[in-house]
Amino acid sequence: MTAPAHASLRGVTRRFGAVHALGPLDLDLAAGEFFSVVGPSGCGKSTLMDILSGLSQPSAGTASFDGQPIRGVPDGVGVVFQEDASFPWLTVRDNVAFGLRRAGIAAAEVARRVNHAVGFMGLQEFAGAYPAQLSGGMRQRVCIARTLVLQPRLILLDEPFGALDQQTRLLMGDELLRLWRETGATVLLITHALDEAAMLSDRVGVMSARPGRFIDLVDTGWPRDRDSRVVSDPAFGGLTARLWSSLRTESLKTLGRAA
Amino acid sequence: MTRRRAALLVRSAGLAGLVVLLEVLCRMGAIDALTIIPPSEMAAAMAEQLASGDVLASVRQTFLTVALALVLAVTLGTLGGALLHATPRLRRVLDPLLASYYSVPTFIFYPFLVALLGLSMAPLVALGVMSAAPAMVISTLAGLDGVPRVLFKAARVQRLGRVRTLWLVVLPAAMPRLFSGLKLAMSYALIGVIAGEFILSGSGLGYAISYAYQSFDNRAMYGLMLFVLLAAVSVNGLLYAWEGTLARRRAGG
Repeated sequence: MTAPAHASLRGVTRRFGAVHALGPLDLDLAAGEFFSVVGPSGCGKSTLMDILSGLSQPSAGTASFDGQPIRGVPDGVGVVFQEDASFPWLTVRDNVAFGLRRAGIAAAEVARRVNHAVGFMGLQEFAGAYPAQLSGGMRQRVCIARTLVLQPRLILLDEPFGALDQQTRLLMGDELLRLWRETGATVLLITHALDEAAMLSDRVGVMSARPGRFIDLVDTGWPRDRDSRVVSDPAFGGLTARLWSSLRTESLKTLGRAA
Repeated sequence: MTRRRAALLVRSAGLAGLVVLLEVLCRMGAIDALTIIPPSEMAAAMAEQLASGDVLASVRQTFLTVALALVLAVTLGTLGGALLHATPRLRRVLDPLLASYYSVPTFIFYPFLVALLGLSMAPLVALGVMSAAPAMVISTLAGLDGVPRVLFKAARVQRLGRVRTLWLVVLPAAMPRLFSGLKLAMSYALIGVIAGEFILSGSGLGYAISYAYQSFDNRAMYGLMLFVLLAAVSVNGLLYAWEGTLARRRAGG
């Protein structure tokens, strides 16, 4: 198990020309925490993730990981995107091994880690298959395995289950929780699904309409050893109701209507 | 039987039928021997010319010229396409010229190229490159335009530098379009070189066909034409088969 990470944003703002997309906002991610971000469309959720992953720099403020300012993608940060980012010309096994081989890790260690990640994500039977032979959910699992195999301490997921059906999403959520528990990594999940955020997270940050700021931080109070069955817990309804009440006004603003 | 195989069978049968029809019409005298000789005689003439070794020097020279032109066209075309893709302003200027490039028959420049480079292999290579490179540029641009943006992000997350991103992600992602470019470049290089040889050169397969034509040696002319046709079809067939294998693998078939 790898050492836990700590990431923080201080007064982070992002502008794209005249468009004020994000912030200013502050955020502290505790080591080993599962934090989800929900917010109306276009509120800057993905921009927030790009800043934390080092893919984008803030216009103002600072982003840090393990106490160091983030410049470029830091070592120890893994990212899973909403879109299918598997490499269609590589088999599942080669997709998963991609980063390890580039890092010059010995072949035996690559094989060991790849076997573990492929097995963990339930892809053993498809290790020799190409992405085009897999369903959308399985391709996303390949991308998660490709991230997992690098043993990141901070895993950033940008609506990774957005294109999947509800049943697959619930099951993928369980797998994500299992991954989180086993690796001890800190997880930041961007999602538009309130139930997904309420089910998976230790904490949920609710963002305002653009420029996105945190307008509510909700502690779910779930035990670490949890799975999708929390949806039948009496507290679950209350949590999603609170998230929606925080979000409703902001979503209406996005649609150009008053609350 | 798969649909692909069935289509191949129908196509082959259709072609074979046309060849047989031509043979019959020629043998019956419905087509004058001064116009077309029977396909079987074309094949016999081709075999005789190859066996006698008379045309081997021409074959070697033409294929060497085409190969040189192809390598240069693919290299320059791919680099040119990548450069245009990286410089959108230059691309905006050159896009209309690229789009209309093939409306100009490039081999009209052959006399100018001979004047510039001398009566050697060089103007033929230049003509082949001029014919083939733009197809490669256009295919490279299409290939690079088609690489999903998320793959660039994935490359950055994997901490790949520019060169490794290009080599390990962009190139394989763009490969299907680049392959189409290679096939087109192959055809255009062959057309450019043989047309050049036909018009002005003193050697090569194009010249040999032209010489046989002007000497009213129909048998030699059709033998050589059949050889060029079979060579072009064979190379293209190999490229198609290779492309098909890669495409089926990606598509999971």
